[in-house]
Amino acid sequence: MNDLFDPLDKSNLSFTDTGPSASYSYWKDSWSRLKSNRLGMVGLIMLLLLLVLAIVGPLLTPYTYYETYLHLKNQPPSLQFWFGTDELGRDLFTRVWWGARISLFVGITASLIDLAIGVLYGAFAALVGGKTEETMMRLCDVLYSIPYLLVVILLMVIIGSGITTILLALTITGWIGMARIVRGQILQLKELDFVKAAESLGASRFRLMRRHLIPNAMGQIIVTMTLTVPTAIFAEAFLSFLGLGVQAPIASWGTMASDGLPALRYYPWRLFFPAGFISLTMLSFNLLGDALRDAFDPRLRL
Amino acid sequence: MISYLCKKFFILLTSLFLVATMTFVLMHIIPGDPFTEEKAVPEEILKAMYKHYGLDQPWYVQYGHYLKGIATFDLGPSFKYQGRSVTEIITEGFPVSFILGAEALLLAFGLGTIAGSIAALKHMKWQDNLVMILAVLGISVPSFILATFLQYLFAMQWDLLPVARWGSFAHTILPALALAALPTAFIARLMRSGLVEILQQDYILTAKAKGLSKFEIIFRHALRNALLPIVTYLGPLATAVLTGSFAVEKIFGIPGLGQWFVMSITNRDYTVIMGTTVFYSALLLLCVFASEFLYTLIDPRIQRSDKRVRA
Repeated sequence: MNDLFDPLDKSNLSFTDTGPSASYSYWKDSWSRLKSNRLGMVGLIMLLLLLVLAIVGPLLTPYTYYETYLHLKNQPPSLQFWFGTDELGRDLFTRVWWGARISLFVGITASLIDLAIGVLYGAFAALVGGKTEETMMRLCDVLYSIPYLLVVILLMVIIGSGITTILLALTITGWIGMARIVRGQILQLKELDFVKAAESLGASRFRLMRRHLIPNAMGQIIVTMTLTVPTAIFAEAFLSFLGLGVQAPIASWGTMASDGLPALRYYPWRLFFPAGFISLTMLSFNLLGDALRDAFDPRLRL
Repeated sequence: MISYLCKKFFILLTSLFLVATMTFVLMHIIPGDPFTEEKAVPEEILKAMYKHYGLDQPWYVQYGHYLKGIATFDLGPSFKYQGRSVTEIITEGFPVSFILGAEALLLAFGLGTIAGSIAALKHMKWQDNLVMILAVLGISVPSFILATFLQYLFAMQWDLLPVARWGSFAHTILPALALAALPTAFIARLMRSGLVEILQQDYILTAKAKGLSKFEIIFRHALRNALLPIVTYLGPLATAVLTGSFAVEKIFGIPGLGQWFVMSITNRDYTVIMGTTVFYSALLLLCVFASEFLYTLIDPRIQRSDKRVRA
């Protein structure tokens, strides 16, 4: 039996103990994967640029968003007016960055409100379980099947236009997606051993939630948030374009695009600047969101 | 399967009822009524008008009338356009919007599946990257912006297609393209991710081992399964096309229902707003229901899991 085996020649053995492989935390790991995603980084950098310009942009010109220069209307882009002027002679560069403030404000605030309601609702439903959960999720199903833009339009007609109304209208149905995702994540996580361990060690429900469940669902939550922002920005621009959004003289990208539409043939820049920035912002958020989803998705981990 | 569909249909009816009720409540919360803004009207005439439109009755009677009207597709008269009923406006405008929407969805389906398949078959190659970048663009650029760009380039600068209005097939091309962009991008992404996953399945390996040609593997085995998830997105895609039509019809001056809806909003023509909202909601809910129905028909796995649940 023994001759079936050759004794190992110990001198040929090169066995070095490298110790446990370098450990990566969840966040570090995700960040390094995000960094290697070129399109995602492009999105992130464009967003940072947009954010910086939204803050400092209006300060770079001597004009305000409401001041009119009637003798200088419909000026093409020039050194004096970088993006040209509109039909009342207002500086488009200043107005575009004011519009950026509004778009980003609406987008980010709406998604933060969605986040708060959605996480509370979803987490509560998942923890309570039983009949209550069933009813809560059925309610979501019904609300979810109502086309949200119709609800938003209805509300805008009734309450009147303005940023608060837009936010209210957007968040009335906007939190449902978040609630569903949080519930799904928590139901999955609840079955994992480390949660069971914490539970058997006597952790309270609140502690389980705060220390174990929510932090582990954070990746999905962030991805969902990043992808709700462009939806909100789109909704604001779309409503303003239809004449239901913010009112003059406040500049929003949607209103500016709508104002520029009739003059498209002769003064196309009046439409193209706001339209371009709406698209660019939504593109950046979508690129970043896609990259984040890939970065947080553990199935792709090698 | 039947119980599953019944449940879905029940949800549909509940949602529709909710929308109808919400619309009714919202319209009654608004201070004033459709006639308050007109210049001083003699008391008797005002009373006669209230009576004519049924506004002199208590709210529950009006609500009952309203629900009955929805069930029988009689949505009342328009407040702003004398002698026209909401039903008339819908039957006039909807066919136009329907042609446009159907054209856009068909285009999106054709283009999206082809682009998505190319991306999946050339996974991680430049064709894949190109399609994916175009798809992100398609999802990011709103249809109302794409519509104005298309109008500017193809109609104003190059004079290839009509700028606006409605009539011939040429009139439908630009608006349909603008509406199709988002669904196309969406379908292309779904198609790609679905196909990439399917091509790694064992049964594809089996098919390869049997010596089937690449063509046959893709068309007989892979594509069919990759198309399945797209069916479930029929509802959301119809929603996207429909809401897009509000702005696109405005941009191209198309006399569709979307244009009417937007005009009724600007005119505060409350009955038209209510009627159209309910009509749109019913339409979209039906689309969602239809896509679920189709899915259960096409995918036998759903029926099986349903049986298991019951057993």
